[in-house]
Amino acid sequence: MARAATTADVFNAVAEPRRRQILDVLARGERPVNGVVAELGLGQPQVSKHLRVLREVGAVDVRTEGRQRLYRLNGHALKPIHDWVRDYERTWSKRFEALDVVLGELQPKEAGDGSDE
Amino acid sequence: MAATSSGTATVTLPTDEQILVTREFDAPRHLVWKAWTTPELVRRWWHANRGEMTICDIDLRVGGGWRYVMVTPGGLEVGFHGEYREIVPNERLVSTEVYEGIPDAEEHAALDTLTLAEVDGRTILRVLVEHRTREGRDLHIDSGMEDGMQDALDLLELAAVSLV
Repeated sequence: MARAATTADVFNAVAEPRRRQILDVLARGERPVNGVVAELGLGQPQVSKHLRVLREVGAVDVRTEGRQRLYRLNGHALKPIHDWVRDYERTWSKRFEALDVVLGELQPKEAGDGSDE
Repeated sequence: MAATSSGTATVTLPTDEQILVTREFDAPRHLVWKAWTTPELVRRWWHANRGEMTICDIDLRVGGGWRYVMVTPGGLEVGFHGEYREIVPNERLVSTEVYEGIPDAEEHAALDTLTLAEVDGRTILRVLVEHRTREGRDLHIDSGMEDGMQDALDLLELAAVSLV
């Protein structure tokens, strides 16, 4: 898959470990900035900066409720990452299915002649 | 993760440089080890049904090398090689891995750690692939994309043949 070399790219947005931590927190539910700050023990300016990047790529949505701005995860925006890894995963799944067949043949053979351990 | 022998592999990206592949097998771990380290057996599964393995060399000793080459029905040759760094039979295998299909392949070598844990006669297999850079890790995952493409082409070919 060709990946755009831009900062407005969800791949780049989640490349930063702190931003992945923020996504993990938001995956557990909607939070105001201070909620994220409290859970991660990071400074508020830092969290706000990361949230801005995540919003720019659509990984995080925000809504206003009263005087609070609440942030939540937008899993749909992370789909390109999922798709990207999925093909790699599929290769391994196919490989392991073939390995299942080999293992299935090794077992009765071993029980039969006791040649292996 | 589903506890079935036909379950899918689970792939996660624990850090920017890592790929972790996990799968459970309905077999004791010494058999998984055997299937993983015996060339005649590796030849039967490593190709993931996407081609034929033309080379499967395994020199199973610390400092020994390995090389796997597969040719897809479309004629695409995909090669990997590396060197064994740590060998604990039936338990743990550490080796380097170079994907030959990318520029500066050696520079992007990964370190692979296979671990096998046995629980009630079943084996939990983990392959941790550690790259030096995120770019290397990403190129490695993209190597699966070629396979994925080939997969689609293979299916297309099957469909075409069935129409004859």
